[in-house]
Amino acid sequence: MDRRAVAVTVAALLVALTALLVSLTRGDYPMPLSDVLTVLAGGDGATRRSAYVVLDLRLPRALGAIAVGTAFGLSGAIVQRVVRNPLASPDIIGINAGAAAVAVFLIVVLAAGPQTVAFGALAGAAATAAAIYLLSRRRGVTGYRLVLVGIGVTAMLTSVTAYLLNTANIYTAEQASIWLTGSLAGRSWSQVLPVVIAVVVLLPVALRLAAPLRALELGDDLALALGVRVERARAALLLTAVALAAVATAAAGPIAFVALAAPQIARRLVRERGLALVSSAAVGAALLSLADLAARRVLAPAELPVGVLTTVLGAPFLVWLLARANRIGRTG
Amino acid sequence: MTRMTDLRAAGLGLGYEGRTVVTGLDLAVAPGRITAIVGPNACGKSTLLRGLARLLRPAAGTVLLDGADIHRLSTREVAARIGVLPQQPIAPDGISVGDLVARGRHPHQRWLRQWSADDEKAVAAALAATGVADLEHRPVDELSGGQRQRVWIALVLAQETGLLLLDEPTTFLDLAHQLEVLDLLADLNTAGRTVVAVLHDLNMACRYAHEIVAMRDGALLAQGPPAEIVDAALVDKVFGVRARVITDPTTGTPLVLPEPRSRRRS
Repeated sequence: MDRRAVAVTVAALLVALTALLVSLTRGDYPMPLSDVLTVLAGGDGATRRSAYVVLDLRLPRALGAIAVGTAFGLSGAIVQRVVRNPLASPDIIGINAGAAAVAVFLIVVLAAGPQTVAFGALAGAAATAAAIYLLSRRRGVTGYRLVLVGIGVTAMLTSVTAYLLNTANIYTAEQASIWLTGSLAGRSWSQVLPVVIAVVVLLPVALRLAAPLRALELGDDLALALGVRVERARAALLLTAVALAAVATAAAGPIAFVALAAPQIARRLVRERGLALVSSAAVGAALLSLADLAARRVLAPAELPVGVLTTVLGAPFLVWLLARANRIGRTG
Repeated sequence: MTRMTDLRAAGLGLGYEGRTVVTGLDLAVAPGRITAIVGPNACGKSTLLRGLARLLRPAAGTVLLDGADIHRLSTREVAARIGVLPQQPIAPDGISVGDLVARGRHPHQRWLRQWSADDEKAVAAALAATGVADLEHRPVDELSGGQRQRVWIALVLAQETGLLLLDEPTTFLDLAHQLEVLDLLADLNTAGRTVVAVLHDLNMACRYAHEIVAMRDGALLAQGPPAEIVDAALVDKVFGVRARVITDPTTGTPLVLPEPRSRRRS
């Protein structure tokens, strides 16, 4: 990593940490930062009530925002690099649509609880990713085909989701649509811990697997000539990216645009040196913690699902990216 | 420089998804020389090069690298001995010349030993040999076609292999840039590297190559030094073109002068 990438990563992590601390102090029961820090340090000065509010209500959510953001940022960075397309991200190539279809089915048809929904979403994401990979496999997977097949599969799954929502009663339909927007509200440790563990385990795995990416980016023939086992390297990277996105989606719903935007922002800040995987992960964490803090506080005491905020900010960014790609005359 | 790498094909058949492109081809790459593969479009030149480079698995026959079946060697072992420049490599957006050439060091890097003094030296040498050292910090997209091609060759040089396989390194380049690239290949050969290149222009091939490999319809029609094999009969057989072949007054190599249709009619 060069100095610029380190600086961007550290800055993004500081933003995420700041958002976390602010998030721990604010809410229906405001607390000064000193009290929060006392609770976090496990000191005796903290009341049982403030310990409960900080450790059981606010910390899982704030930490969840960081972990989910990290997972989406890293997953998006890997997918964009492997597919060689800045518009590719787990949400665009269909992984989220698979998670959503299964989750909505579970909510609407089986009236399942949050744990079952999370598990179902994970399975849906994995199954969709496997289907997309197999469908786009012909003499190896090319990025272009992966994106097109992903868009097709997304369209099919989205229509399934829409059908399920139409058949649902108002109460479950609303529950399902909140899940579909993506939200971190009311997340407990049991939902957040799997994401934290996945990030801690998969971040080093991704970095280990990323070495061939520098060669893979030059085209399959040159990568092979440079000693990369192209198919294996690409499958391993995509598997890691899918696992990260799936775990994050299972915990927080298909929060839009973080996986797409975080790597793009990171690459622009780092100025295109190196792979910017770690910086993308850190920017993802910063983006989602800020967005979740805003989702909680902008209309307080009412609350927005964080997915609404990321969409409002992310959609114009996507349009800008598309317009710019067109002007240069290429999309990848 | 490394010892001479021996590369040969025996009864080689190549194709894509059942479509046969090259059949029953025997070839030994002349060590320490420049070999040009020539032939009409779609005759299997590039396919042959990809087969020799282990980018394509043979449908029949074998490619032998230093006596061993190339498909039994690991990808890394092959990468340590053969450098390949495919027809259309992709330069990542906004990458600088130095960063791109550094990626040629991939086969020499390991997980724990990332970037070493050897890597630094190899990249510097490759940049110097191709005359792009002063462009090191420029973005690749800003370069001219000839400069860009030299940068790609620098990447393959940084790989430090004794054998270079290049697929149409002069295509899409104007005359001056073609010469720039071919002169570079001649220099690299003088410095001890074996070069195999698919070339479009028969006259350029005759001037720069020690060995010509002439192909048509996936078969090898002739192989040998240009002065010995390139004549009017061969040009007709390979390209279906009537031509006069004279001796190039500058280099003494064959010079092919295709006859325009108007003259052929008279």
